[in-house]
Amino acid sequence: MTVTTKDTGVEQAVETITLTIDGIEVSVPKGTLVIRAAERLGIAIPRFCDHPLLDPVGACRQCMVEVPDMGNGRGMPKPQASCTLEAMPGMKISTQLSSPVAAKAQAGMLEMLLINHPLDCPICDKGGECPLQNQSMSNGNGESRYGGVKRTFPKPVPISAQVLLDRERCVLCARCTRFSEQISGDPFIALVERGALQQVGVYAEHPYDSYFSGNVIQICPVGALTSADYRFQSRPFDLVSTTTACEHCAAGCELRSDHRHYQVKRRLAGNAPEVNEEWNCDIGRFAFVSGRLTDRLTMPLLREDGVLRPASWPEAIDAAVAGLKAAGTHVGVLTGGRLTVETSYAYQRFARAVLGTNNVDFRARAASAEEEQFLAATVAGGTTDKAVTYADLERAGKVVLVGFEPEEESPIVFLRLRKAVRKKKLAVVAVAPLLSNGSAKLSATLVPTAPGAEAAALADLADVDAGTVVLLGERLAAVPGALSAAAALAARTGARLAWIPRRAGEVGAVTAGCLPGLLPGGRLVSDGVARIDTATAWDVESLPAEPGLDVNGMLGAASDETLKALVVAGAEISDFADPVSARDAFEHVGFLVSIENRLSDISSCADVVFPAALLEEQSGTFYNWEHRPRPVARVNKTLRSPMTDIRVLAALADAMGADLGIRTTASAAAELSELGAWDGARAEVPAFTATDDAITPDGFRLATWRELIDDSRRNDGAGELLATAKPPVARLSAATAVRAGVTEGGTVTVGTARGELTYDAAIDDTVVDGVVWIPSRASGRNVAEALGARAGDPVTAKEGARS
Amino acid sequence: MTDVLTPVLSKNWGDAKSWTRAAYERTGGYDALRKALAMTPDAVMTEVKDSGLRGRGGAGFPTGMKWSFVPKDNPNPKYLVVNGDESEPGTCKDIPLMMASPHTLVEGVIISSYAIGVHTAFIYVRGEVLHVVRRMQQAVTEARDAGYLGTNIMGSGFDLEIVVHAGAGAYICGEETALLDSLEGRRGQPRLRPPFPAVAGLYASPTVINNVESIASVPSIIARGKDWFGSMGTEKSKGYTLYSLSGHVANPGQFEAPLGITLRELLELAGGVRDGHELKFFTPGGSSTPILTAEHLDVPLDYEGMAAAGSMLGTKALQIFDETTSVVRTTLRWVEFYKHESCGKCTPCREGTWWLVQMLRDFEAGTAKEGDIEKMLDLCDNIGGRSFCALADGAVACVTSAVKYFRSEFEAGYKKPAWELLPYELSARFSVPETTGAHA
Repeated sequence: MTVTTKDTGVEQAVETITLTIDGIEVSVPKGTLVIRAAERLGIAIPRFCDHPLLDPVGACRQCMVEVPDMGNGRGMPKPQASCTLEAMPGMKISTQLSSPVAAKAQAGMLEMLLINHPLDCPICDKGGECPLQNQSMSNGNGESRYGGVKRTFPKPVPISAQVLLDRERCVLCARCTRFSEQISGDPFIALVERGALQQVGVYAEHPYDSYFSGNVIQICPVGALTSADYRFQSRPFDLVSTTTACEHCAAGCELRSDHRHYQVKRRLAGNAPEVNEEWNCDIGRFAFVSGRLTDRLTMPLLREDGVLRPASWPEAIDAAVAGLKAAGTHVGVLTGGRLTVETSYAYQRFARAVLGTNNVDFRARAASAEEEQFLAATVAGGTTDKAVTYADLERAGKVVLVGFEPEEESPIVFLRLRKAVRKKKLAVVAVAPLLSNGSAKLSATLVPTAPGAEAAALADLADVDAGTVVLLGERLAAVPGALSAAAALAARTGARLAWIPRRAGEVGAVTAGCLPGLLPGGRLVSDGVARIDTATAWDVESLPAEPGLDVNGMLGAASDETLKALVVAGAEISDFADPVSARDAFEHVGFLVSIENRLSDISSCADVVFPAALLEEQSGTFYNWEHRPRPVARVNKTLRSPMTDIRVLAALADAMGADLGIRTTASAAAELSELGAWDGARAEVPAFTATDDAITPDGFRLATWRELIDDSRRNDGAGELLATAKPPVARLSAATAVRAGVTEGGTVTVGTARGELTYDAAIDDTVVDGVVWIPSRASGRNVAEALGARAGDPVTAKEGARS
Repeated sequence: MTDVLTPVLSKNWGDAKSWTRAAYERTGGYDALRKALAMTPDAVMTEVKDSGLRGRGGAGFPTGMKWSFVPKDNPNPKYLVVNGDESEPGTCKDIPLMMASPHTLVEGVIISSYAIGVHTAFIYVRGEVLHVVRRMQQAVTEARDAGYLGTNIMGSGFDLEIVVHAGAGAYICGEETALLDSLEGRRGQPRLRPPFPAVAGLYASPTVINNVESIASVPSIIARGKDWFGSMGTEKSKGYTLYSLSGHVANPGQFEAPLGITLRELLELAGGVRDGHELKFFTPGGSSTPILTAEHLDVPLDYEGMAAAGSMLGTKALQIFDETTSVVRTTLRWVEFYKHESCGKCTPCREGTWWLVQMLRDFEAGTAKEGDIEKMLDLCDNIGGRSFCALADGAVACVTSAVKYFRSEFEAGYKKPAWELLPYELSARFSVPETTGAHA
């Protein structure tokens, strides 16, 4: 539970007022609630319903204080709830510390809360970290005078697959219902019934499927809401807690990871006011078991007679070195965008200083030369003090979303935008093919834009000024001219740009130099001075001057066998823009080294596989989309834990007779920091032109993006979480449906020359006519793989039978 | 003693078809509206303010002052909401008024809306009284047909629509902010104040909420003037009002009299306590007001008099109990009502009434333990004044006042069931039939 007011990073010049609490003067900003003013003095007034990030409700009445003087010389005849009482100049407050009346009111309230509360603390998940338990001890009577009948309910009731409710434990503080309504905007739980039978109820026709449902478990001040997967797993006092960062997206949430017996039992949202405040999403909270499944790699594998067999480290290293040496500089390194900045840095240094190539790219997804230039110009070497931040989103007059669905791709950005919309009247504009549920919850204005037409939409965007922030999603890499148009828009209007990729490691990878034309800190490979600067830092004679191949180039060269070897880490075939051609490349490349946590579809066709430590087994740093360093702490490590990627690379370099120069995360971080951001020549923003191909009157165009909870391997093993995924549907307008012969309640089959996929049809008139939206990776259907198409490509659409 | 009565609101209740517009207009109905529309809205408001009319719903807040709290510069529409959710045990004045003379209320709403600048008014009627809801709807329809509602009312340029809304059966919806939530289609639970309804009430717009009787009193004030109104009642409690007497009285019913009348006088009008019995205790204004006893027979039934006696005027619902009544049983029944009607939002009311009922059942059954009175009073102390709204205050007021005046009856509950101490059949107002063939 929360006892201090959080500064959310949005500084405000506000008038302060002075009041007296328990005889001590305190100055607080005008508008501060008395309960918070007391916190400033270290006076903890007990409370249940109060939460600093939720609107006050005054329901539990636990925080009663006496008010001898309202600041106007008159006192209040009865004790007041300090969570709804605004501090006034000259006010005098007596808390339980100085007022017997307040102390009795509080003790009486606790006694009443406990009359209908079960005495099941010994088997309750919350026991040991329970505000009701704690405050009963600190402010209660110790003994109940109640001798009557307790209210009981059948238990537990699932309010979603992931969240269970034990109603008899509930103190009806309405934190969960207020969270769902005010913070995430998914009001599918509400208080129902009345009197002592009041309870949290779920809308009969819709379970509480929210991407943020886990937060209600964390803010529940009793054990009423529990998580289906953590329930009865551990006692809080048996857990070892570590503050770390979430690895699942570029939002950069702080996490508290709790482990017992070297196994992470649960993850909670950390308290990072400037980033995630006190929230996180369900992926960050519940998707953490994928690394402990049977496909975990713990020892090197070597291909022999076409089959991978376990091998010793020296044997595997020798084999890898032999293969890489044979390939010479016809070799490439692909990192998946999920690695820490230190690890990314090590990979690009390995490529350049050990293998002697600039063939390095982190973008295991749709990528373009335009994007690389955009990243080099606007992202590489960026720092939080210059970049757009969460606080800037709250300060902005307007935020434009382009190729970016915050709720699906960076949920904490979504929460902060929603907060700004609710509290600061932020206007949100979505340049998108449809008004998504997330955009609707942001009260966004839709600029209907067919996929592929984003560049033109940006060129025509009106009412953009220096107070506008434009958020760009990684999907724009697949739209020629879009990032150039965004850069032009910024230059024209003074609007600020922020690029928000999906994966946690991408911003760090850009700054680390995991791109074919980019050295660390924004240095360009094409810049001789920058090359010399980097070579000097690395203590090598020179660095390759020839621009490298990007991910598309490497895959193409691997397919036609001009590239002899590939080192791949942290990537899946299904990640790539076209998984079919990617698979072809990995199968054709002469020599494939895979460094992975788990056996993947890439490591399955590798010649040598090295196991790497899980993120929870190592330390490091992610740069979130604000370029804010998010420290990753080692949560736990067992004897089974393999070496980190950096150690593997260092061992390979040693065996090749070269020196990687870094052997630990710390040394990589120190070196990158010493290199710093480049103050020499930087890349120009791209000026690519858009390809203009309007939808033909009888054609259909594909719109697609990834949903937060989908077939990603990070969710493996998190069954309850996956059960809360959105049902896969195809969205199309009524007019498009008529043209395709599709009816509401029917199905729609989307096809290309490669294949077809069928979904339940959802008629949604916000969808641009001629466009059919389907989720990229839902329910076993990988659109890129099955259709070979990406957003903006022409497809066929017709009524279909259920596939 | 009949000259004590001052029938104004109830004057026409006995007329043939008194609820129709024709009958209402025969006795001067809607004349006050014509007069008001010829005045400026401010003049109407001033007249009401100067009359000294105080809210008849229980709290007694000056009605005209409440109207003046509505900000003039708020761009949102203003609303008038009439609270007709009369559900307090013992209270029976608004429902008979709306039943017998709905046009009095309609006329009051139109005049009040004109004064405040409201163009949409709502009458929230307790949902259980369907016949009253229909009378009100019919009256609004008749008023609209007659041109008293709609656009450009009687050529004045003033527009008004009235919506009659039926509640769904919750006492808490008589609490003004819970009523607003209910009216908006939500679950009725009291809202956090501030913002006060005058600033952000219905649909977050400036809203005046008045009791039925308060609004129904407005036409008479306009028609006959503030001085006429102020000539009745006492210095601080001006005018006439409806007192309802129920329980152990010979002739229960509504008695319209100037504020400040005493129960002794009212009892005389009502034929006294039922034959052969004497007054034991009474509520001055519904079950939420602390009970009083025969020693308070001569205390003026006005806001100040009741406050001085340690109670409240409330809704002037005088429930009369004679010496055959078990105060323990009566209190239990009241608290059971509050337990059932607690909305559940706040702890003391939700949990406290749950507990109080169980304690009172012990007293009733004679199974309470030594010290339980002190425990119950301590519990009342922990509930009263700590809850979100005043519902729980009402729930404990009847308990503490009952113990104050009849402690020995509670002490008897340590040993003897209340039904043995005071056999319940003796207090029955109507004889219980031998055979209980319900709905036979």
